[in-house]
Amino acid sequence: MATAPPRGELSAGPTPGAPPVVVDDGTALTAPDPRWHVRVRGLDKRFGDNQVLANVDLDLERGKVNVIIGASGAGKSVLIKHFMCLLRPDRGSIWVDGIDVFALDTRALATFRRKFGLVFQFAALFDSLSVEDNCAFPLREHTKKSRAEIRDIVADRLATLGLAGTQQKFPAELSGGMRKRVGLARALVLEPEILMFDEPTTGLDPLATRNVDEMILSTMERYKVTSVVISHDMASVFRIADRIALLHEKRIQAVGTVDEIRDSTEPYLREFITTSGVAAATARGPGHAGPAVTDGGRP
Amino acid sequence: MTAAPEGEPKVSAGRAIADGLFDVVRPVIQFVDRVGDHVILAVRALAWLPRRPQRIGNYVDALEYIGVGSLGIILLVGLFTGAVIALQAVFAFKPFHLESYAGGTSGKALAVELAPVLTALMLAGRAGSGIATEIGTMRITEQIDALESMAVNPIQFLVLPRLVAGMIMGPVLTLLFFVVSMVGAYIVAVISQGVDQGQFILHVRELVGLRDVLQGLIKAVVFGLLITLIGCYQGYNASGGGRGVGLGTTRAVVIASVMILVSDYLMANVLLRVMATGEGT
Repeated sequence: MATAPPRGELSAGPTPGAPPVVVDDGTALTAPDPRWHVRVRGLDKRFGDNQVLANVDLDLERGKVNVIIGASGAGKSVLIKHFMCLLRPDRGSIWVDGIDVFALDTRALATFRRKFGLVFQFAALFDSLSVEDNCAFPLREHTKKSRAEIRDIVADRLATLGLAGTQQKFPAELSGGMRKRVGLARALVLEPEILMFDEPTTGLDPLATRNVDEMILSTMERYKVTSVVISHDMASVFRIADRIALLHEKRIQAVGTVDEIRDSTEPYLREFITTSGVAAATARGPGHAGPAVTDGGRP
Repeated sequence: MTAAPEGEPKVSAGRAIADGLFDVVRPVIQFVDRVGDHVILAVRALAWLPRRPQRIGNYVDALEYIGVGSLGIILLVGLFTGAVIALQAVFAFKPFHLESYAGGTSGKALAVELAPVLTALMLAGRAGSGIATEIGTMRITEQIDALESMAVNPIQFLVLPRLVAGMIMGPVLTLLFFVVSMVGAYIVAVISQGVDQGQFILHVRELVGLRDVLQGLIKAVVFGLLITLIGCYQGYNASGGGRGVGLGTTRAVVIASVMILVSDYLMANVLLRVMATGEGT
C-alpha cells in the first residue's frame, strides 16, 4: 500500500505502516500514460471557509475499477467532479490522457466531457422525460443519428442492464435500483472511456447492492472502460475494486490494491473497515471479476 | 475605561470603527452584489442566443408554460379589473355628470399601468414561482450537474429559453389583459351603469392612444425579463434541499413583485418624457 505524499518528494506518508513511494515530478503527466488514465496533482478546493481538499495527489488506473473511499462529507464527490471540470480547483492540476483539464476552453471542454459518463448518487434522471428520452438525451445532443438508430441504441443499453420494456416509464415509477441502472444506461450511450459512479449503492438493500456491484463489473468487462467509484460501503468496495484510495482529512491518505488495503495497519483505515461491519478477512469475494493488482504504488 | 477581560482579543479603535461602518453598508454591498449576479446571469444567457444548438423545443415549452399556462388567470383578472375600474370611475364622475369619461380614463390607466403591472404580478406568482421551483429542484437533485456532465450548458438549456419566453409572452399577455379589461369596463359602464355607448367609445379613442398601449408593452417586456430572470436565478442557486427550494420560490415571487413596482416607477419617469404621453393623447 502507498500513501500519498507531497508532490515531487520521496515520502513515507503521514501515517505509520505505509511504505515509501516515489512520486513523479509532473513532467510525464502531459503525455498519455499506458497505465494511468487520470492523474491528479496538488488539488486544493475550498468552499468559503471550508477547505474540502488539500494537496490531493491521485492516479487512476486505466481499464480498472478505482474506488475512492472515505467518510461522508470527506470530499469524494467534490474530487470526482473535478475530473471532468464540473468544479474548478483553487490550486492543482488534473491530466486525463495527458490533457490538462483546467486549461481547456469552453468548446474543448464540451468535447472533452464526452470521455466521461457520470452516474449520480440518486441517478439525477430528468423527471419530465421518460426512461427512453432520458437515455436518448446525450445522443440527441451530440450525434446526428436517426431516431431509429437512437431508439435501437437505447433499447440495447437498457436490455443489457435488465431494463428491457421500461422505455415508456417515467423516473417516478422506478425503484431506486432501477433508477441507478437507467442512470448508467444514460451514461453509457455515448460510449465513454471513463465511467464514474457517485455512491452507487447508497440507499439500496443488500441484494440490490449486489446487483449494482455486478452491474458495475459487467459494464467494465463489456465496454472496457476505466471505472471510478466513490463509496463508503466496504462490502461493496471489496467486491468490485481493483484499486482503493482513502480520502481522509482533505487528502488521499492511502492507495492500494484490495489486499493491501485489507491488510493495512493504518489505524483510521482499519477502523473504517471494521466499523463498516466487514471483517478484513472477508475482503475480495469470489464474485470479483477484475484481475488482481499486486503493486499498489505509482509507476 | 476598563481593561478588556482576560481572554478576550483586543481590538483597536480604528478596527472597531471600520467593522462598524462595514456592518452598516453590508446590506448595500450585498444588494449590489445580488444585482450584479442577476446581470451576469442574464448576459451569460443572452450571449448564447445566436449560438448553436438552437433547441426550438425548449423555447416552445417555455412559451407554452409562461404564456398559455397563464392565459386563464390573466384573462379572468383582466376582466374583473376593467370592470371594477370602470365602476369606480362611473361613480367618481357621476357628481360632475362626466360618467361618459369612465371608459377613457379607465382605458388610459389600464393601458399604461394596470395591464402591464397586474399581468406581471400574476406572472410572478405563477410562472416566476414555477420556474424557481423547477430549476431549484433540478439543482438539488443534481439534474443540472447531469446536464453539465453530458456537455450541455445548463444556462443555454434552461435559462435562455425562459428569458426569451418571458420577454415575448409578457407583452402578449399584457395586450390580452388590456383588451379583456376594456371589455369588462364596457360591460359595467355601458350595459350595467347606462353610460352612452357612443360617448364611451369616443372618449376611449380621445384619451387612449397607440403610444399608451406601446408604453405598457415596453414595460411588459422588461417585467417579463425580470420575472423569469429572478425565477431562474433563485432556482439555479438553490441549496439546502426542499426547504431551500421553497425559500428560493418565495424569494422569487417577493423580489420579482418588488422589482416590478420599482422598475415601473423608473420606467414611467423615462417613458412619459420620451413618449410624451403625459400630456393627453
